[in-house]
Amino acid sequence: MKLLGSGIFKGMAVTLENFVRSYFDRDRKHHLFTKEYAWKSDAPADQLPARADTTVTTRSRNFPMLLHDGKGSEDPMASIRCVACQICERECPPQCIFIEKEYDANGKFVKRPVIFDIDISVCMSCQICVEVCPFDAIVMNSEFELSNNDRFNGLLVRRDALLKSNDYYHRIHPEEAQERDDRMAREKAEKEAKQAAADAAKKKAAELAAEKAAELAAAKPKVDPAAPTATPQ
Amino acid sequence: MSTAAPIAAPPYKLVRHDEAEAGLLEVSMGPHHPSTHGVFRMDVKLDGETVVRLKPVFGYLHRNHEKLAEGMSYLSSMPFTDRLDYFNSMANNWAYALAAEKLVDVPVPERAQYLRVIMAELTRLVNHTSLVGFFLNDLGALGTPLLYAFRERERILDLFEQASGARMMCNYFRFGGLRCDVPAGWLDRTRALVGGFPKFLDEFEKLLCENEIILARTQHVGVLSGAQAINAGITGPMLRASGVNYDLRKVDAYGIYDRFSFRVPLGAAGDCYDRFMIRMLEMRESLKILEQALRDIPEGPVMGNAPRVFKPAAAEVYGRVESPKGELGFYLIADGTTKPYRYRVRPPSLINLTVLEDLCVGHSIADAVVILGSIDIVLGEVDR
Ligand code: SF4
Ligand code: SF4
Repeated sequence: MKLLGSGIFKGMAVTLENFVRSYFDRDRKHHLFTKEYAWKSDAPADQLPARADTTVTTRSRNFPMLLHDGKGSEDPMASIRCVACQICERECPPQCIFIEKEYDANGKFVKRPVIFDIDISVCMSCQICVEVCPFDAIVMNSEFELSNNDRFNGLLVRRDALLKSNDYYHRIHPEEAQERDDRMAREKAEKEAKQAAADAAKKKAAELAAEKAAELAAAKPKVDPAAPTATPQ
Repeated sequence: MSTAAPIAAPPYKLVRHDEAEAGLLEVSMGPHHPSTHGVFRMDVKLDGETVVRLKPVFGYLHRNHEKLAEGMSYLSSMPFTDRLDYFNSMANNWAYALAAEKLVDVPVPERAQYLRVIMAELTRLVNHTSLVGFFLNDLGALGTPLLYAFRERERILDLFEQASGARMMCNYFRFGGLRCDVPAGWLDRTRALVGGFPKFLDEFEKLLCENEIILARTQHVGVLSGAQAINAGITGPMLRASGVNYDLRKVDAYGIYDRFSFRVPLGAAGDCYDRFMIRMLEMRESLKILEQALRDIPEGPVMGNAPRVFKPAAAEVYGRVESPKGELGFYLIADGTTKPYRYRVRPPSLINLTVLEDLCVGHSIADAVVILGSIDIVLGEVDR
């Protein structure tokens, strides 16, 4: 017969062992299990996490951002990738994207969004917008300090706040950004090759047609092209 | 003073609904009771401390998941499945992907199959560690076991974040594969975790499994017989704790589960203690599967040639997996458009919860809390 209560003491021995070990176990002493997010609001914006013990990885995602290809202080809107096709707006599961297209003075669609709002309080960081965008224009940011004092405007992120450069994207998600760039370059090359092939084919067809016309003209030299078909006045 | 005419008696007889049960105390536990794991209410009628009637009331967390899914494309519902049972987003993803893959025939590459198994089994570890922690918390072992369990869970969630970008709402599975491959070194980190996990299980068992208080509180409490479990449609660890050998990983062998050797632990008594121990044993079996999967995983792509626009022909399908809580199924009716005509979830938690009254009647109110904890519910899934 087992001593009543021995199970409890066994359990307590485990607790005691854990307590003592927490002072000596390297893993536990220097590596807390609950970690802080890397970005503090006092850190400079656009900066990579400096802390070593962070959970933020190069894949962490929190909120979308819009990409542009500009460098330095160039106007990001000049190279914004988004063409306001509104696919992401339609596909976003909680419907938190709002886009309005930009028109020039003549009322012509210039393929840029004039309004691109995402509601932080609704977005669920699901990345569906990133996956459906055919223009690689929207990707996930891993900034986690998004709390705000302004209940209404502060939670609605506007286009200009969403715009981030491709360089920034490369800094926070290097592998993914590289993969995306490579794929874009490949697709562009393929498209150009296709275009070139199509152009060449067109040119060849045109040349062939010209040759044929010349042959025809040579075969019937006596026919005056204007005379038989001339329409009466 | 006005002399109003006396109100005429109604033409029917008024009966107080508790007239027949005079002397009983009606207690409404929840919806914000810490032991109900979310917003769930139990209407309990007590005779002294003994439960005489119990009515589960749910629906507080209803989010219209099914109807929402009928209004959006197939892919857009995937992130919502994460939020069904927010402890096992990967298993939910898999069930939905499995159903959708039956609609259009997209082969899943070999590496993706292995990664799916790895993710699903890691999810099972996450779920069961949390469950035993919360269960012991309900028993009154406040804090210590829960935090030991969460320490391990934390490491797995870190792995999930490294792979999918999010700790809990992974949204990682796609129709025909996975969203992306795991990063370099991830498999080695997972191997290290799997290698160290039995040590935690040993420690945890030593900590509590022989504890006399736990034995006294859980043995012979909330007994569910095998026949009753089958009749009520109970699935998962709860069914197996009652001694019924039914595990979809064996029965359906979906994915590539037929390639792994593992056992299905079964309980004998069907009481709370069995339900608790069965989870401890299942974790050990999950580790076995993980070891084999991590040993055999091949290189290669993780995404098949899925169509860019998911537009299946009209069909009806049902895909189900053994989620850590039981049989999780998705029933889809496609009508040839990009949106499902009908989207139905069979949530294991909800169906396992239906026997709550049978388990609780005759036990004290404190035991009702323990029994509820042993069922393992997540209200996100119960209410959808
Ligand atoms: S972000 Fe992409 S999908 Fe959305 S409107 Fe712009 S180009 Fe279209
Ligand atoms: S991450 Fe998801 S919820 Fe957020 S904007 Fe993109 S699609 Fe919408």
